[in-house]
Amino acid sequence: MFYREAGQYSTSYGQDRQLLTLRQDRLGMIVLLAVGFVGLPLFASDYWLSAILIPWLVLALVALGQNILMGYAGQLSLGSAGFMAAGAFACYNLMLRVPGIPFPVAVLLSGLIAAVVGIVFGLPSLRIRGLYLAVATLASQFFIVWALDKFGWFKNYDTSGIINAQTIVIFGQTMSTPSQKYLVVLVIVGVLTLLAANMARGSTGRSWRAVRDMDVAAEAMGMSLLRTKLQAFAISSFYCGVGGALFLFAYLQTAEPAAFSIELSFRILFMVIIGGLGTILGAFLGSGFILLLPIFLNMGFHAILGKNVDATIASALEQVIFGVLIIIFLIFEPLGLARLWQVTKERLRLWPFKY
Amino acid sequence: MTFFFEVLIGGLLSGIMYSLVALGFVLIYKASSVFNFAQGAMVFFAVLSFVGFMEMGLSFWAALPVTIGLMVGVGVVTERFVLRPLVGQNEDTLLMATIGLAFIIEGVAQLAWGVEVRRLDIGIRDEPMGWLADRADILVSQLDIVAGLVAAVLVALLALGFSKTKVGRGLRAVADDNAAALSIGIPLKQILVLVWGAAGVVALVAGMLWGARSGVQFALVGVALKAMPVLIIGGFTSVPGVIVAGLIVGAAEKMAEVYLGPYVGGGIEGWLPYVLAVLFLLVRPEGLFGEKIIRRV
Repeated sequence: MFYREAGQYSTSYGQDRQLLTLRQDRLGMIVLLAVGFVGLPLFASDYWLSAILIPWLVLALVALGQNILMGYAGQLSLGSAGFMAAGAFACYNLMLRVPGIPFPVAVLLSGLIAAVVGIVFGLPSLRIRGLYLAVATLASQFFIVWALDKFGWFKNYDTSGIINAQTIVIFGQTMSTPSQKYLVVLVIVGVLTLLAANMARGSTGRSWRAVRDMDVAAEAMGMSLLRTKLQAFAISSFYCGVGGALFLFAYLQTAEPAAFSIELSFRILFMVIIGGLGTILGAFLGSGFILLLPIFLNMGFHAILGKNVDATIASALEQVIFGVLIIIFLIFEPLGLARLWQVTKERLRLWPFKY
Repeated sequence: MTFFFEVLIGGLLSGIMYSLVALGFVLIYKASSVFNFAQGAMVFFAVLSFVGFMEMGLSFWAALPVTIGLMVGVGVVTERFVLRPLVGQNEDTLLMATIGLAFIIEGVAQLAWGVEVRRLDIGIRDEPMGWLADRADILVSQLDIVAGLVAAVLVALLALGFSKTKVGRGLRAVADDNAAALSIGIPLKQILVLVWGAAGVVALVAGMLWGARSGVQFALVGVALKAMPVLIIGGFTSVPGVIVAGLIVGAAEKMAEVYLGPYVGGGIEGWLPYVLAVLFLLVRPEGLFGEKIIRRV
């Protein structure tokens, strides 16, 4: 940025502990929020709102959950889509079976249900770590999707096996247009992001990072591994669960358990890697990147190869490009887009001088 | 009772197929501490290329060396462009890199050979063996028996290779300590290429057997995911471990499907191996035959 911190001093501990200590950062955040809350709902087209902005925010929330577990607490998990499915189906059933339940309460409860599921599947993390844990989390992915698929109760015995999200009603107001849904998603994602940012920099986040960096050492210093790891699993799956509920209600509308497949888990994993492990910003950058890349690639294919591109070829090419990007990021910028952004900021701070 | 034995034997032998896939993982993990998530993609790519070459008019015995050469090529390229730049990174990073690699290989395979399901005929029929059915009234597929034999031969060869040959000793040295092995003059790069090549050959064998059973198709990638619980139960570094674990997983999943499946609506095969693996881990975190994990601060 073209601004410096010169002349801004903290005169109280409170100022020092602010989330954004610089006046310009605060101003930027206000502008960003104004654009998000007022500008976009007013001016963005329905396509942008429902096909790009809503899934972006929802997937960013899920990526945030995955990042809490993987980037902050260092527990590699390949099962985030399973927790999303738990949240989505919990929300559907709550709306279906509890008469008059307000939507925000249903979302909150489905997040909590997903958190309980997360704790159960996080239990092995106490005994095993690293790669073994990654494989163990596959159990949650496959088991949850199977259970949702096999037991008709979860789907209200729908013969086609597909659930239809109920309409969102908040304070008697039906939220059905893209911009209304977008606002609902934005509020929930905004609040949870603020919460995550504060957890990450507080004692909770410090204990996660200590466990990530060396769990034996953290334990020796008196941290409870049981508490820290299960807490990370619970909070991470809470985020995934809320994300899953929003994914169904604000984006997909109709879904079957198979929509929450292992491919989705991988996509979320990639969002975190490309965005930046252990950063809040990274979740948003990464999910935007992974979401937009196929769209741009498609446009590129059409521009280069003409209108009638074989869909299978396009998807195979897309897969190759995804893979190459992952490896490039791991080799050249293991800290992801968030780190690139930070580097750019520092460069600009000194610009036009080199140092 | 005959039915019980049929289920058991069928399960054990299909477990061997998982073991064959898992064997490729173990080879690479032993030599380079890389958990190669792309092994499934390699299985798919290898057998798809094999079928592709045969369709281009090569005979069985001509397509075999060509495919093996191709898989060694994949190993060389992987070593040069993925592993070498990532040397010294932690295991999680390498795992994620191989997930990326899996995406690339799957994409390239489809670009090169198309997506339709192909049939692979390797001259062994997937039907019950006559004399066994006559004598003991037990139906066991011929293909399963062949898979078992092939696995036995491969394991014997690998075990001998690891313990008796110079290359095998080099491999174990590299697995123990990359830097120390380099400093006493073991050519790290060649060793890595060799291991990836060997894993490619194992992938081809596994892919041919799977392909002969269920057609050469994209779903083969999923078989590799099934090999992961086998790995966990057996331990990442043990060749005999994956065989035993494969047998356990195969038998358990078939038994559960046949005897428990009807009560819950079937399909438990999909997750049972993973849950089984988690239960095993709770008791023995290093797997059945894995090396004891010792951690220091």
